[in-house]
Amino acid sequence: MTRKGLMAAVLTATMAFGGAGAAEEALRVGMITTLSGGGAGLGIDVRDGFLLAVKQAGAPIEVIVEDDQQKPDIAVQLSDKLIQAEEVDVMTGIIFSNIAMAVIPSALAQGKFYLSPNAGPSQLAGAGCHPDYFNVAWQNDNLHEAAGAYANSAGLANSFILAPNYPAGQDALTGFKRFYTGELAGELYTTLGQTDYAAEIAQIRASGADSVFFFLPGGMGISFLKQYSDSGVDMPVIGPAFSFDQGILQAVGAAALGVRNTSQWSPDLDNPTNAAFVGSFEAEYGRLPSLYASQGFDTANLLISAMEKADVADRDAFRAALREADFDSTRGAFRFNTNQHPIQDIYVREVIQDGEIFTNRIVTTALRDHGDAYAAECPME
Amino acid sequence: MSTVLLLEQLLNGLQFGVMLFLMAAGLTLIFGVMGLINLAHGSLYMIGAFAAASVAGFTGSFLLALMAALAAAAAAGALIEVTVIRRLYARDHLDQVLATFALILILSEGTRWLFGSFPLYLDVPAWLAGPVRLPGGIDYPRYRLAVIAVGLAVAGGLAWLIAGTRLGIRIRAGEADREMIAALGVDISRLYTLVFALGAALAGLAGALVGAIQSVQVGMGEPVLILAFVVIVIGGIGSIRGAFVGALLVGLTDTAGRVFMPILMQPLVGQQQAATVGSALASVAIYVLMALVLLVRPAGLYGRA
Amino acid sequence: MGRERIVNAALAVLLLGVPLWAHWAGEPFTITLATRAAILALAGVGLNLALGTGGLVSLGHAVFFGLGGYAMGILAHHAQTFTPLPLWDLPGTKSMPVIWLVAITGGALMAALIGALSLRSSGVYFIMLTLAFGQMCFYFAVSSPTYGGEDGLSIWVRNGFPGLNTLDPLQFFLLAYAVLMAVIWAMARIKASPFGLALAAARQSPARLDAVGARPFRLRLVAFVISGAVTALAGALFADLNRFVSPSMLSWQTSGELIVIVVLGGVARLYGPVAGAILLVTLEHYLGGISEYWQIALGAALLAVVLFARGGLIGALAGRPVAHD
Repeated sequence: MTRKGLMAAVLTATMAFGGAGAAEEALRVGMITTLSGGGAGLGIDVRDGFLLAVKQAGAPIEVIVEDDQQKPDIAVQLSDKLIQAEEVDVMTGIIFSNIAMAVIPSALAQGKFYLSPNAGPSQLAGAGCHPDYFNVAWQNDNLHEAAGAYANSAGLANSFILAPNYPAGQDALTGFKRFYTGELAGELYTTLGQTDYAAEIAQIRASGADSVFFFLPGGMGISFLKQYSDSGVDMPVIGPAFSFDQGILQAVGAAALGVRNTSQWSPDLDNPTNAAFVGSFEAEYGRLPSLYASQGFDTANLLISAMEKADVADRDAFRAALREADFDSTRGAFRFNTNQHPIQDIYVREVIQDGEIFTNRIVTTALRDHGDAYAAECPME
Repeated sequence: MSTVLLLEQLLNGLQFGVMLFLMAAGLTLIFGVMGLINLAHGSLYMIGAFAAASVAGFTGSFLLALMAALAAAAAAGALIEVTVIRRLYARDHLDQVLATFALILILSEGTRWLFGSFPLYLDVPAWLAGPVRLPGGIDYPRYRLAVIAVGLAVAGGLAWLIAGTRLGIRIRAGEADREMIAALGVDISRLYTLVFALGAALAGLAGALVGAIQSVQVGMGEPVLILAFVVIVIGGIGSIRGAFVGALLVGLTDTAGRVFMPILMQPLVGQQQAATVGSALASVAIYVLMALVLLVRPAGLYGRA
Repeated sequence: MGRERIVNAALAVLLLGVPLWAHWAGEPFTITLATRAAILALAGVGLNLALGTGGLVSLGHAVFFGLGGYAMGILAHHAQTFTPLPLWDLPGTKSMPVIWLVAITGGALMAALIGALSLRSSGVYFIMLTLAFGQMCFYFAVSSPTYGGEDGLSIWVRNGFPGLNTLDPLQFFLLAYAVLMAVIWAMARIKASPFGLALAAARQSPARLDAVGARPFRLRLVAFVISGAVTALAGALFADLNRFVSPSMLSWQTSGELIVIVVLGGVARLYGPVAGAILLVTLEHYLGGISEYWQIALGAALLAVVLFARGGLIGALAGRPVAHD
């Protein structure tokens, strides 16, 4: 499926939907996501999850998919195109926080709804929250906070923490420290895009730490884990799900086995919606779904649930319908906080090998009904 | 910081330098002989890694994977040389930069089209996995020691090739005076194809070796390409010895920056900021080194002005 | 020279005509694309003085482009948050002329610094030094938390220009277009001036220039400074078009794209960057709509231009330039 040639894949499913009102016009969704370059795997999964939900519901939704190439200025241009030329009603799809911050404030100012399937920058969760902005994934700090909480409960008291030196990395370590109560054996920032971690691993070994927490998204995490496991340092490693998810786990291989990682979703999460989702995603695309695919799927289902209750032209009613979050999430219980970010359980998963495939299994729950630290600053109620 | 840790970091710096040398050697060889700036060298590195990952996936043999990386990168290099690169020798640097920039676009997206957008799996072989205890009590990964050995062997092999073989004599003659060796009846265009393929094979080998401990993904070549350029510019473009010295300098400087900058920054900006400020300074350390070297020696350490 | 004049005029009319038509047809996004092309062309015009006329292959012009962007971002950020600038206790501003002035000054100073250090070397060493300074600025911007780091800075409302409503796509386009035309006019004057002729001579035969006592280093430094200042101005406009600035404006890929614009259009041609920017924006937009692997086609097109159509688009349309020497 990754070889699908058409980027602006326009998918229209105007079959009978919800019974009455069959003549109504399709709702137009503009999806800006990352489909080329190094981060393409994430965007492809969000897109595929989203389109799968639309297809299954047979909802009258027209999705216009655009590739931001992981470049903020391209994303801004695409956003102008979707708003000015395509006249979309709802926007979604962005993977990376820096791109989200480039696009979302101005899209909201131009009167569009935005449903975030991945990025959750703190600026949009606190004082900068917005009635038309809904985050269906997590606030950026959430999974790191859960890792901190888990470290406490696992009896780890001297953790070494590291992340790349950019805002999301700084937020990650801040998020971890917000919940973690033990000592820090060391705190380290690496260069964004760094590929060799020998010097850092030597410092970890010498620090006398009892565990390692790291946030190194994409290829950085693969490199770190391979080198770490080959170094003979054998303290437990904790991290957010991003470095251990379906898309990249096969590339890390056995080096990731047994690693505990925090996530709001897992393929073995036991609820009927999730079981159906995992099965149908695999049947449709021939691969196991990732965290990102589940987020894309949930985002589409949230949208569909609102469409069943209200017309998008009636903005207040549509907004209220979105706020209810009246849909079956793949992660079980899901509701919105006052700042329209999720309140959800965050689990601890363990990387396991299932035949040839590496995947995750839930071990325990790190945080129950977890919101975020910024909701209090949000003026919405 | 203990002496053992210091020694270990020194070793890490050396090892990183040797890894860079594998990449830089081909780049500087190609520049030295043909006067060509090849931005697509990083793509050949990527091709080597992808070929190795594919073959390792099929056969399970790391040695076969290394051979495949060498072969695939050399073949891709020869193909590129014959179709595109040889038209660029007589051009100025601008045309070379642009044409090879175009090759990056084609090769990167072409690889993504063939292999998809997800990283591939390539791991160190079982017989090189895990650490080994060195004298002084340092636990050091066996694989990294092997990389150092391969790098030193390549450096020695290149030195021998250039100083002691017929091909080397032709290469040196070609560097010195192109018209003359053509007049002497050496098939210059075949020599160029050969040198380019050799440089490509070295990049492919580097990609495969490094791919086993890093991430095999589209775009993996660009960061290391820039580092390799820094290396050969410091060493003096065209000089293999310069590339070797430059690579070690860059490897040591980068490692030292990452280790010491945050510590050095603590008294200046305080505990809280030291980690971020130190890391920011560390990431530009090698560029500062390069600028300093060029200010003192505008043609690099071993370059001919 | 006659045919190149006609091609130039046609390009100027095309770049102006398309958005006017789009305004009439009610297609605001086409105006946005045209604005993007005009601003990238401006950046290319700046680079072209160093690259084309001066023969200085700078792989670090993104520094100036990004610096202009950050001049806009930082000034507008302080204005919209009502905080004073950190070093001098001055307020920010939302006024484009002031922002432009700051961007031009900043770009010129930065170019003077980088130029003074890099122009001591030449050829590949110069290319790599400019790249190295670019990387330094990029990493500095990514990791410095004050102005958003990698997240960049968002501006809520586009900055203002006296007497215009810059939020209106057409008016903002016309502003960018006017700046572009003014700078092209100035560039034509520079190229025809004794300074411009000496600069071109320094590229073509440095030895001869030495013989007449002119100093290539100073000529090149002045050219580099003007070039950096113009590119910084383009950066400020580009950030205003997107209402956003981030370190990606400083990346080496941006430097590469600026070179692509100049070469696609035609190196050292007055309207080369205009042709190149129009072509790049069009390709980006339409090829991007056809396939997610469109960069393969872009690469192939680029390769074809370098290998077979030297002189770029203008060269293909207008033939060889009249030799000056």
